[in-house]
Amino acid sequence: MKYLPLLWATLWRKKARTIFTLLSIVVAFLLYGVLGTVDYAFENPSAGVTGADKLITTNKFSITLQLPFSFTQQIRSVPGVAVVTWITWFGAYYQESKNFVFALPIDTDTYFDLHKSDGFVVSDAQMTAFRNTRTGVLVNSALMKKFGWKVGDKLPLHSTIWTQKSDGSLNWTFDIVGTFDVKDPTQASQQSSTALFHYELFDEGRSFGKGEVGWFEERVDDPSQSAAIAAKIDALFANSPNETRTQPAKDFAIAFIKQIGDVGFVLRAILAAVFFTLLFLTGNTMMQSVRERIPELAVLKTLGFTDGHVLALVIGESLLLCLIAAIVGLGLSFAMIPIVHQALQGVDLSHGEQLSGLAVAVLLALVVGLPPAIRAMRLNVVDALMDKR
Amino acid sequence: MFKQFLAVTLMSLQTLPQRIGASSVIVIGIAGVVAVLVSVLAMGAGFRHTLADSGRADRAIILRGGSDAELNSNLTRNDIDTIANAPGLAKDADGKALLSTEIITVVNVPKIDTGLDSNVTLRGVGLQLRKVRPELKIIDGKMFRPAVRELIAGAGAAKQFRGLTTGSVLHLRNADWTVTGVFTSNGDVHESELLADVDTVGSSLERSGYSSAVALLSSAGDFDRFKDALTTDPQLKVDVQREPEYYAAQSKALTKAITVIGRTVAIIMAIGAMFGALNSMYSAIDARGLEIATLRAIGFGALPVLLSVMVEALALSLLGGIIGASLAWLFFNGHSVSTLGGAFAQVVFQVTVTSALIVQGLIWACLIGLLGGIFPALRLARLPVAEALRAA
Repeated sequence: MKYLPLLWATLWRKKARTIFTLLSIVVAFLLYGVLGTVDYAFENPSAGVTGADKLITTNKFSITLQLPFSFTQQIRSVPGVAVVTWITWFGAYYQESKNFVFALPIDTDTYFDLHKSDGFVVSDAQMTAFRNTRTGVLVNSALMKKFGWKVGDKLPLHSTIWTQKSDGSLNWTFDIVGTFDVKDPTQASQQSSTALFHYELFDEGRSFGKGEVGWFEERVDDPSQSAAIAAKIDALFANSPNETRTQPAKDFAIAFIKQIGDVGFVLRAILAAVFFTLLFLTGNTMMQSVRERIPELAVLKTLGFTDGHVLALVIGESLLLCLIAAIVGLGLSFAMIPIVHQALQGVDLSHGEQLSGLAVAVLLALVVGLPPAIRAMRLNVVDALMDKR
Repeated sequence: MFKQFLAVTLMSLQTLPQRIGASSVIVIGIAGVVAVLVSVLAMGAGFRHTLADSGRADRAIILRGGSDAELNSNLTRNDIDTIANAPGLAKDADGKALLSTEIITVVNVPKIDTGLDSNVTLRGVGLQLRKVRPELKIIDGKMFRPAVRELIAGAGAAKQFRGLTTGSVLHLRNADWTVTGVFTSNGDVHESELLADVDTVGSSLERSGYSSAVALLSSAGDFDRFKDALTTDPQLKVDVQREPEYYAAQSKALTKAITVIGRTVAIIMAIGAMFGALNSMYSAIDARGLEIATLRAIGFGALPVLLSVMVEALALSLLGGIIGASLAWLFFNGHSVSTLGGAFAQVVFQVTVTSALIVQGLIWACLIGLLGGIFPALRLARLPVAEALRAA
């Protein structure tokens, strides 16, 4: 610690050079923080699915094909299944197609039972109002705020899929009876554009596909049995025209996100390019800095600094430079995450990669600091004092 | 003046090898920026190319009104009859309308490299397909036959997904389908798809209606006539779009996302590289302080000296830009990539490093070089000669 002022002084020996080097490392770690977090989110998508106790059953052949509602009874009869609920993709938007609304027709009892551990918060009065209003809809409070809706408003939604029996129209009108919040932070980001309405209204109102649902979700009593239960559910419908695939809801979400492609590869390629460039740049600066200070280092050695001391001093300088820059860069990236989150809706960015960045900074400091440090260590005092480089 | 500039510039370029370390920082830093920028934008260009090449101006796609995408759409047999009789539609020698009625669904097929199930489009197409889409060419095997479970696979799909080569058998919805051939289609989006007979697909899905219809018009100019006839028909609720417009709309969001991400990353990297360039140029002028001061002392002007530093920075950055663009081209051009396109289905496309992107990359390189060179150049030009001579 007592050498810190010395390190600090040598670091700022050439102000402009240090600032520019510092800034370019800051930039690299800013990118590291942002891209690393996005990469992590794509590689380990929790995608708003908490708990290993939830399964999802879809059509094995294609996710766009529906399943008969009658499967509910058969799935419920599988031992170990606690709750079954059924959901259908409604494909809705509000006024313009860019205003996507994740509107889902749900069965109130089973849906909220299934998600009871995820902390859906609905006031009792609004829940009662929802149950008692056929055309009622519960809207996520973030979505309410986004479009300035109020409880009591009529909510017109355009479905891109489902026509109404009555007039063949794709426009459905609901009554906003309440709002909901989700406590679980990973769920919260996933549910931020959700609106929930009654399956009964949907099934009676649609002009085709009656008695069919998009997918089933199950909660099992014992998560360790989920693989066996999933297999049992699928066995029920094997060799039928509607074969199913049941998997942990988490795996389903991961598979879907993975379909976007090898995002991770692209991000890692970019980061590799950034760090290779940086390594070169910083390494060069360190070398130059040591080269210019050879007589000074020789003086230190004359004063009694050992070879090890000198080695440690140069590496310490490199560490100081890299760590300061990394902390600033990663801090900035932390501030940028909310902006990125806006652009990548639905991707969970709660797991920061900032901490691992510090380890990378230490590694970087060693790689760029070691060659000049070794050179400084091997310095022959007499030659160096005579400035024979 | 110009002679002075030439002399100083020549000298600075000739002494470049002596400053190889510092100079290579600029070259490598900028090469990194340009390589990343060009590669990412090339992905966007490839995706846009695939979708923009889909469709012809004299072809129209008809969807149920308000559906946005084929996958959501639903047309009845009655709708199809009305559409087939609309004015402006091209007819074949037998007087039959050149209309392909289609059913679109996505099926799970594992990807070759990851083994993960992916949503591949299965498109049931009408008997007039070859006349409606003459660009379709069978490059391996033969066309599927109607009424039996046979399909042909797009060349892009066959490359990315498992079991889509001629002769392989695909198990779809409790039945086996034989792949009878592989087709190309001008590199458009259909090369990511599987095509089969529409009625066979319909019966397999137990679906009575259709998703959409694709119509070949007598000429591109007949579009308005055709569209008006359909949209003013009170019996019909359909959206009629020119094919290129439909596909452009489907690709808009993803193309924009790729471009924004590419530019953002490149801007951040460019800032980093600029600091690197500043550093190198400052150390370059430090190293040459004595030499420059001597030149100034014997009568060289400040401006030629300033310009020579700028030229050196530009030359180095241009070299970096060329290296970066070449790397992007070498490693990624023609690379086949697939992602989720507009509507839940995989689109296979090729990363395309276009000449416009290379030019864009070189412009970025020059800008970084200019910004990195200007401040050191100004400092050098302002340095009092006597002081510089003493310092060195």
